[in-house]
Amino acid sequence: MKRIYVNEKWCLGCHLCEYYCAFANSGEKDMVKALKGVQINPRIQVEEKDGISFAVSCRHCEEPLCVKGCITGALHLVDGVIEIDKEKCVGCYTCILTCPYGCVMPSDEGVIQKCELCLNNAGGKPACVEHCPNKAIVFEER
Amino acid sequence: MSIDFIYPEYEVVRNQSRCIACRVCERQCANEVHWYDEDAGVMMADESKCVNCHRCVAFCPTRALKIVKSDDTYKVNSNWTGDVISDVIRQAGTGGVLLSSMGTPKNYPVYFDKILLNASQVTNPPIDPLREPMETKVYLGKRPTEIRRDENGDLVNTMPPHLELSVPILFSAMSYGSISYNAHESLARAAQELGIYYNTGEGGLHEDFYKYGANTIVQVASGRFGVHKDYLEAGAAVEIKMGQGAKPGIGGHLPGAKIVGDVSRTRMIPEGSDAISPAPHHDIYSIEDLRQLVYSLKEATEYKKPVIVKIAAVHNVAAIASGIARSGADIIAIDGFRGGTGAAPSRIRDNVGIPIELALASVDERLRQEGIRDEVSIIVGGSIRSSADIVKAIALGADAVYIATSALVALGCHLCRSCNQGKCNWGIATQRPELVKRLNPEIGYKRLVNLVTAWGHEIKEIMGGMGINSIEALKGNRLMLRGIGLTEKELEVLGIKHAGE
Amino acid sequence: MRYVIIGNSAAAIGCVEGIRQVDQEGPITIISREKYHTYSRPLISYLLAGKTDGERMKYRADDFYEKNGCEVMLGRTAVAIDSLAKTVLLDNGERVPFDRLLCATGSKPFVPAMEGLESVPVKHTFLSLDDAKALDQDLTEESRVMILGAGLIGLKCAEGIAKKVKSVTVVDLAEQILPSILDTAAAAMVQKHIERQGIRFILGTSAKCFTPSRAELKNGSAVDFDVLVLAVGVRPEVELLKNAGADIERGVQVDSHCMTSLPDIYAAGDCTQSYDITSGTERVLALLPNAYRQGEVCGLNMAGLETSYDKAIPMNAIGFFGLHMLTAGSYVGEEYVVQSDSAYKKLVTRQGVLKGYILVGDVARAGIYTALIRDETPLDTIDYELIKEKPQLIAFSKGKRDRVLGGA
Repeated sequence: MKRIYVNEKWCLGCHLCEYYCAFANSGEKDMVKALKGVQINPRIQVEEKDGISFAVSCRHCEEPLCVKGCITGALHLVDGVIEIDKEKCVGCYTCILTCPYGCVMPSDEGVIQKCELCLNNAGGKPACVEHCPNKAIVFEER
Repeated sequence: MSIDFIYPEYEVVRNQSRCIACRVCERQCANEVHWYDEDAGVMMADESKCVNCHRCVAFCPTRALKIVKSDDTYKVNSNWTGDVISDVIRQAGTGGVLLSSMGTPKNYPVYFDKILLNASQVTNPPIDPLREPMETKVYLGKRPTEIRRDENGDLVNTMPPHLELSVPILFSAMSYGSISYNAHESLARAAQELGIYYNTGEGGLHEDFYKYGANTIVQVASGRFGVHKDYLEAGAAVEIKMGQGAKPGIGGHLPGAKIVGDVSRTRMIPEGSDAISPAPHHDIYSIEDLRQLVYSLKEATEYKKPVIVKIAAVHNVAAIASGIARSGADIIAIDGFRGGTGAAPSRIRDNVGIPIELALASVDERLRQEGIRDEVSIIVGGSIRSSADIVKAIALGADAVYIATSALVALGCHLCRSCNQGKCNWGIATQRPELVKRLNPEIGYKRLVNLVTAWGHEIKEIMGGMGINSIEALKGNRLMLRGIGLTEKELEVLGIKHAGE
Repeated sequence: MRYVIIGNSAAAIGCVEGIRQVDQEGPITIISREKYHTYSRPLISYLLAGKTDGERMKYRADDFYEKNGCEVMLGRTAVAIDSLAKTVLLDNGERVPFDRLLCATGSKPFVPAMEGLESVPVKHTFLSLDDAKALDQDLTEESRVMILGAGLIGLKCAEGIAKKVKSVTVVDLAEQILPSILDTAAAAMVQKHIERQGIRFILGTSAKCFTPSRAELKNGSAVDFDVLVLAVGVRPEVELLKNAGADIERGVQVDSHCMTSLPDIYAAGDCTQSYDITSGTERVLALLPNAYRQGEVCGLNMAGLETSYDKAIPMNAIGFFGLHMLTAGSYVGEEYVVQSDSAYKKLVTRQGVLKGYILVGDVARAGIYTALIRDETPLDTIDYELIKEKPQLIAFSKGKRDRVLGGA
């Protein structure tokens, strides 16, 4: 299946992926309206140091520790994509405890959030990939 | 405040109601124009550092930015213009030669824009390139002059070495050092995919790019940087660089700061040493001397590769070209005064040389008159901006064109003319690793392929309109051209009639 | 292949999902003492607090059993296992035959003998949905609740009922709260936070004797209450297997394939003990993620796909009144501690690997730490200084990053 891969060789550390992620998941049609004056809490995060940078988002593991450890059954694997049922989630953070890549994070609504490949927002395809200016984030079959 | 004060040329206009303070402008600007003020919670800018490269404008996700030319002026004066006054102030402050990059921005006539193309109506039908075959392939090199047969009466192959191009376009010389590794990779891969050639420039050939040798022209310039046996053998042709349109009569100087790592290795000079290309080749003071170098290179490459001699378009270019054609060179490349550069003295760039259109017309005419036009192919460069310029150049007598500025624009260059500062925000004219990585060759080479492919389509479209179905039939076909708003003398040099004639 | 599973919680569900990865055909029978569709046990406190409900508590969707070909016997208790005849005897006298059996009986509340306890009319344990429902019945806005035990269960209970009752007093023999997961400093910080929500702690003492609505404590004080919650601890529920002849220590002993000492009989979850790689000891690791994984490994093995259960570590994610804490591993070793008003971090290393951590307040990306512990990553292969600063992948080698992120 298609996955998100990041190639740090081409990552510029511009952080646009974070902003487009936050925008895509805001439900707003205009980025200014969505993000003006907002401290963004994106599902993709750029790590950077000494000229190295790369974006990290859910790997959609085949053996997902977050799904297996979820105490409520709110996290589940559907056609290779790990999705969160925010209704069921109580925000216990067991997934934050178990995700080896640090890709699950508290959401502003009190439960948790993670990359769902923009399948469940207006985007339909990953906004971080669409807007990466240097193809450092790609969504492809390998 | 210093009396050297020069008001910033550009203003950074930020629409604060659209700015979301994502700081992408700050992160992308190597000139450190933008910064975020934590206390005020807003983005700020120091426009005095702005070179108007548009990196921030292109990256701003909310289109909150624009860069505009400052409307601050000195007291208006048609003779003592703002630029002239500023230059004087700068030089009074530094005592130095002013440097600039890319082609001259001065308002000289652009002859391509004063030439119109013909099209067929009624008496000779136009050709639809989507329905009928159309040949854009060209071969560069000497035409065979004799037919020889062996004792059995079979033909002996007397064909001199040629370059085969799918379209009459080559990427012209830009050295590794003046442009980045990723820019070179983009050019090399694009040339391979397109079936054309790129040119190493005078900086040698990076070991990683030997694999693109079949689509590479290796250059030998006055500094002879990076020239060795394998290098000469790696390329499909060898180019002797005698001059460059942007700085005729001037050598080159790549500062030691840029001679690092791979650049140093590729140029075969120590790290940190200045790479100085002398103004002349110290072994060439005559056509006879040039002939010696041409044949040395032919000898070194076993007469399998065409040799190109590249010169700047200067006043007596036709006579010089005639000499080159007689030196044994296979191809003459002529670079017009509007050609680009990574760094050149402003005064030279803006005042020396002649337009490529006039140089081309006079060279083609002269070689024809002397009956040696088939001895050489002619490549012209120096601001070929579109497929229309290419068609006009070919009709004026060129075999193919060199493009560089338009290739760089395809790669992201916004013609800010600051290459000499080494902080190219688009990852092209820089060696700083964090900037070089901004040009992903995977993207870059496709954009180059797109550009040349698009121009190829347009060339076919234009030729079809004229009722011409091959580049060969267009070459030197000046009847397809008409001047507009040109003087008798200009028309005479160009060898074309005025519109309406 | 006939599969029988005793239990209906995380380990049991893990087992079903494990079996079905390998064997889509063999019938599965689930025997559960409780009468409910599989539900998430840790959510009972959230239920009392009104943060979830019966529907959302379901650990798997309504059609789970049907989709996975499970026959479910709810409200049925297994009373004996005949390991030779390979049958499970139920409380109604029925015998259920099996080829492979999973015992996922979980744990039971531990209630120490205390003088006068039998005289207390309103007292509850807090482990099951029925416990929670029963407790809820007895709570009013005027209730004074005394909780015996300041561990995970006691405090989750306190949080769940805090807004519904007049007062909550938590008593524990230990000098600190949450002694199984926190050190003293972190415990003090969390305690302060919980106290700000109006919950009272009496620590370092225990009940001497009870009258119907009053506890006399050993330190001489007394607590008056209307409702008593007993949350002193839990013990593995091992009776069935013990009687069947399986080896039992602290919990049921299983091999690396999660099989008990009895052939074809497996055990998983809170009733078992497993090897904790951080302390190097066999321990009861009563944690839902471990239970699920162990159950899944059982299922895979029961269906014939040989799989090992290893890399078990203690770990916990819990939060009280919005203050979250994530912990893992053991805390014996060299410590690195950072504390502020709102956050606490302790990393423990031993023999060049990360062995444990405590994070309170700022818990972002803690799983990176957990993975370092689980994988026993030698710290000299990463930039530990960066890891100390915060969990981040840039601390790993480029090769590792390329594999994980770049698909190399």
